[in-house]
Amino acid sequence: MIPRLLFLPLIALACIGTPAWAMLNVFATTPEWGALVTELGGDKVNVYIATNALQDPHHVEAKPSLVARARNADLMVATGAELEIGWVPLVIQQAGNPKLRPGQPGYFEATAFVPMLGKPARLDRSEGDVHPLGDPHIQTDPRNIARVAGPLSAKLAELDATNAAFYQSRYKTFDERWRAAMVRWEQQVAPLRDVPVVVQHKGFTYLMAWTGMKEVAALEPKPAVEPTVAYLSEVLATLQRQPARMVIRGAYQSDRPSRWIAERAKINPVVLPFTVGGDSEARDLFSLFDDTIARLLKGAQ
Amino acid sequence: MSTSYLASALVASALFATAASAGAATDSELAEIREQLRTLKDQYETRLRALENRLQAAEATAPAASTGVASSTPGASASAGIAAFNPAISLVLQGTYANFSQDPTRYTLAGFAKTPDLSPGRRGLGLGESELALSANVDDRFAGNLIVSLTPENTVSVEEAYGFMPSLPYGLVPKFGRFFSAIGYQNEQHQHGWDFVDAPLVYQAFLGGQFTHDGLQLKWVAPTDQFLEFGAEVGNGDNFPGSARNRNGVGAGSVFVHTGGDIGTDHSWRAGLSYLQTRADARAGTQLDTMGNLADVAFTGKSRTAIADFVWKYAPNGNTGERNFKVQGEYFWHRERGDLTYDASGALGLMQAGGYAANRNGWYLQGAWQFMPYWRAGARYDQLNPGRREFGTNTDLLDIGAFHPDRYTVMFDYTPSEFTRFRLQYARSMTRPDVTDHQLFLQYILTLGAHGAHKF
Repeated sequence: MIPRLLFLPLIALACIGTPAWAMLNVFATTPEWGALVTELGGDKVNVYIATNALQDPHHVEAKPSLVARARNADLMVATGAELEIGWVPLVIQQAGNPKLRPGQPGYFEATAFVPMLGKPARLDRSEGDVHPLGDPHIQTDPRNIARVAGPLSAKLAELDATNAAFYQSRYKTFDERWRAAMVRWEQQVAPLRDVPVVVQHKGFTYLMAWTGMKEVAALEPKPAVEPTVAYLSEVLATLQRQPARMVIRGAYQSDRPSRWIAERAKINPVVLPFTVGGDSEARDLFSLFDDTIARLLKGAQ
Repeated sequence: MSTSYLASALVASALFATAASAGAATDSELAEIREQLRTLKDQYETRLRALENRLQAAEATAPAASTGVASSTPGASASAGIAAFNPAISLVLQGTYANFSQDPTRYTLAGFAKTPDLSPGRRGLGLGESELALSANVDDRFAGNLIVSLTPENTVSVEEAYGFMPSLPYGLVPKFGRFFSAIGYQNEQHQHGWDFVDAPLVYQAFLGGQFTHDGLQLKWVAPTDQFLEFGAEVGNGDNFPGSARNRNGVGAGSVFVHTGGDIGTDHSWRAGLSYLQTRADARAGTQLDTMGNLADVAFTGKSRTAIADFVWKYAPNGNTGERNFKVQGEYFWHRERGDLTYDASGALGLMQAGGYAANRNGWYLQGAWQFMPYWRAGARYDQLNPGRREFGTNTDLLDIGAFHPDRYTVMFDYTPSEFTRFRLQYARSMTRPDVTDHQLFLQYILTLGAHGAHKF
């Protein structure tokens, strides 16, 4: 009975699983890198995005679906800086795909090409869920996207040399469009300079650095530590001395702490898409920043 | 003579062929070379641009540093020094407070052989297993992992110590040494990762709590979008349901298949079938006899276990931080054929060997619901079925009817950070006829050191 049971799923799957041989299979850990690979690779790449914008990319399990996709991938595009430390190493190991091992050509880490901010002064778990290499949420600054795009394009060309010229021209187009958009965005965010804000989770270091907004307080006493009412009251007291214009959270975070503080401090709660797909407007990298800026400007009023 | 002539003729013809092709370096080939050069040039341009970007990035650091935010140049430099190659270390510290209405030293699963480790634990305050794990890459091919358990009785046991090859292609993952077998779902998980304090009754009755191989494992992941994994293991079979046999060759073997995937963004699942075969040689155990004695028994023969397992996880939008639900269940079929010696130690003066055949089964089903961040509630039901057993000449001494041990468990746990968990668990355990044990546990689990893996 058992041998027959074993073969049934095999036969069924042989009919479903038709791998795309010709294309470069890319496993992107988060939506922003998936979107960037699509911009740079067009129809020459087959992109699988492991998480969605409403998931905390740190708290992901090495699910069977991820192992199966990593098995066939030629390239893994990860954020790095320990954002995916809980699941990417396990997924690569379980998939038996040595091409994706760190140090191999098939492993690409975006944070390797970006100046890291928010490195903890004290490396200790008593400081919360600290990231020793700095804040890994680099995608909130468009300059970082530009920094990653060049090396990522070179990586695609390295792994798929026959289409090198294609990737090169896609990159050129993307880079020109992106730089033009950045000029526009930088004009748009000019009024946000020195605007005091509260963040729910310390995940907006790069957005603050880019826009020049001032982070007055964070609702989490320590990264990934649940805010207590006592702590929120302290934040409220700080805000009475040092008023902020809005409280910012990412789409995947619970709305309770920022709603609590917004009601009492009479400030605007602002939900940012945080990455591609975080709301219905943020459909690709360009609209991600269009939408983020629109929401910030509205919140700052 | 003739062979050397043949060889020189071959060399000559090869030379001629090369010369001919070189002479025929036609326009098309030149064009190809030009094309290659152009690609090369493009690649270098891309790299140059990347370098320029990095330079810009490095320049951008300077103002950031002046605003007081700590920063670094791209590509963090690797730490050097004698400790640079030390393995990653992690520690798990645990403890419980337990309250049992029945004497835990008298704990048995009626109708099932008692294995040495089978106990709900001690009463009152007690330390749990402390676990020390070390892991690192060995070289470009191998990686190694050691997990040592320090017991509250001040003994050390090697839970797992294995090497594996993450460098093999084609989805092949070999492992060798001592490891938790990949049969079933919960078997591969360490006890601190379980959703309840103790193991399901099927694991206690049929696998001695958890089945460990000293041997080899090979897994293969199929190149399909649907997760499909096949595996086989061989081991010495020293552990229950096998026993040490002092023989050459292999004492235990297992095969398994796992499949799984996602349904939309909210659901993910895994299901599996496993089969384990072991041999026992005078495997010692204790069993209640028809006169109410806890008699020593010894089994010699073959044990076969088949397991069907599934786990299903639900989280709205895949966001497990807010709310999530997990259901897991396993069904065991257990078949033993051989000889059973009653009163094997002779303590009762009734030692007697007899034929033995048993077809038994059991199952459990459990769920855990994270109803708000950090808080979960769970429930579990366990059952063992005595099935059909034949004791040959020992029929009058050991046939103790058709009692079904079962257990109802509920738990609450609080996980204030990824590294800490507190749990309250209550079980109504009926593993002996007419005896109900009310078991209450309070448990803490602390995880220190290197970041652990988020296993599915």
